[in-house]
Amino acid sequence: MIWLALIMVCVSGPAWAGEAKPLGEDPAVEARLKHLAIELRCLVCQNQTLADSNAPLAEDLRREVREMIVKNMSDKEIIDFLVERYGDFVLYRPPVKATTALLWMGPFVLLIVGLAALIIAVRRRSQKLVDVPVTDEEHRRVEQLLAEGGKRS
Amino acid sequence: MNRFLLPLSIFAVVVVFLGVGLTLNPREIPSPLVGKAAPEFSQPQLYDQEKIFSPANLKGKVWLLNFWASWCGGCKTEHPVLMELAKSGQVPIYGMDYKDEREEALAWLQRWGNPYPVVGVDQAGRVGINYGVYGVPETYVIDKQGMIRYKQIGPLDPDTVEKKILPLVKQLESQ
Repeated sequence: MIWLALIMVCVSGPAWAGEAKPLGEDPAVEARLKHLAIELRCLVCQNQTLADSNAPLAEDLRREVREMIVKNMSDKEIIDFLVERYGDFVLYRPPVKATTALLWMGPFVLLIVGLAALIIAVRRRSQKLVDVPVTDEEHRRVEQLLAEGGKRS
Repeated sequence: MNRFLLPLSIFAVVVVFLGVGLTLNPREIPSPLVGKAAPEFSQPQLYDQEKIFSPANLKGKVWLLNFWASWCGGCKTEHPVLMELAKSGQVPIYGMDYKDEREEALAWLQRWGNPYPVVGVDQAGRVGINYGVYGVPETYVIDKQGMIRYKQIGPLDPDTVEKKILPLVKQLESQ
C-alpha cells in the first residue's frame, strides 16, 4: 500500500512540476514584493503603504512590481521605475535632497534650539540665586531652635 | 514687552507654516514626467478594436491626452469642458479609457457626447502607470516633439483651460 502511494507520488510529480505557478504563489517573489511594498506609498490612500492598500491602483502597482521581480530586476531598478513615474512621493522614506533638507534636519534643529534654550534658562536661574552669608549669631540661633524642636516632639 | 516678543515670534512662524500648509493640496503630486518624453504605447481603439492608438502617429502635433472612465465621477464633471474645448477646435483631445468596461464606456460617450477623435483602451491600467496616473481624470499636454509639457490632475475647469491649457497650446504651436 505504501509502495503504491509512493509510486503514485513519483508518477504524478512531474505533472505538477510542469504546471506554471500563478505569479501570486511563488513565496520568494511574494517575500520580495512584501519587502518592497512596505517602502512604497499607495498614491490613492496616502497614509497606507502599497502593501496595506486595497485600492485598485495599489493592486495594479503590486502586479507591476511582481512582474518586475519575476524579470529579476533589482530593488533599485524597481524603485527607480516607480520614482520616474510617480516621483519621490511614492517612497515612504523621502530621499535626502535640498528640497527635503528641512524635513530631515528640522527635528535636529529643533532639538538644538531646545537644548540651547534650556541651557540659557538654567544659567539665568543660577545667576538669580544669591548667596546669603549666615552669621555666627544666626547659626547658633538655628541650632538652638532645632534642638528645642527635637525635645518637644 | 520683551517677555512676549519671543513667544509671539514663534507663534508667527508657526502660523506662516500652517498657513502655507493649508493652501497646499496633498492630492496634487508634482509629476516627474513633465518635461520628459511621453511614454510610448500602442493600445486598441475603443470604437474600432482592430485599430491601434499610438502617440507615435501624433508627432508634429500639439495634443491633449485625457485619461477617463465611465465609472469616474470627476470625468462627468469635466466632460462639458472637454466638449466645449473640442468644439472650439483649438486642440485635439485624445481619450484613454482607463480600467473600464467597453460597453459602459461606449454607452457613456453615447449619452454625454464624444469629444475625442480617437479613444484608446487601457483595460489593465498599464498605460496609466507609465504616465504616472493615480486617479482619473488626468490630462496631459503633449508637444510636437512628443514631450509632456503639462499635467492636470483632476477635472479640467473652464478657468484652467483659459488660463493654462490654451496659452500653453498656443505657445507650443508656434514653436
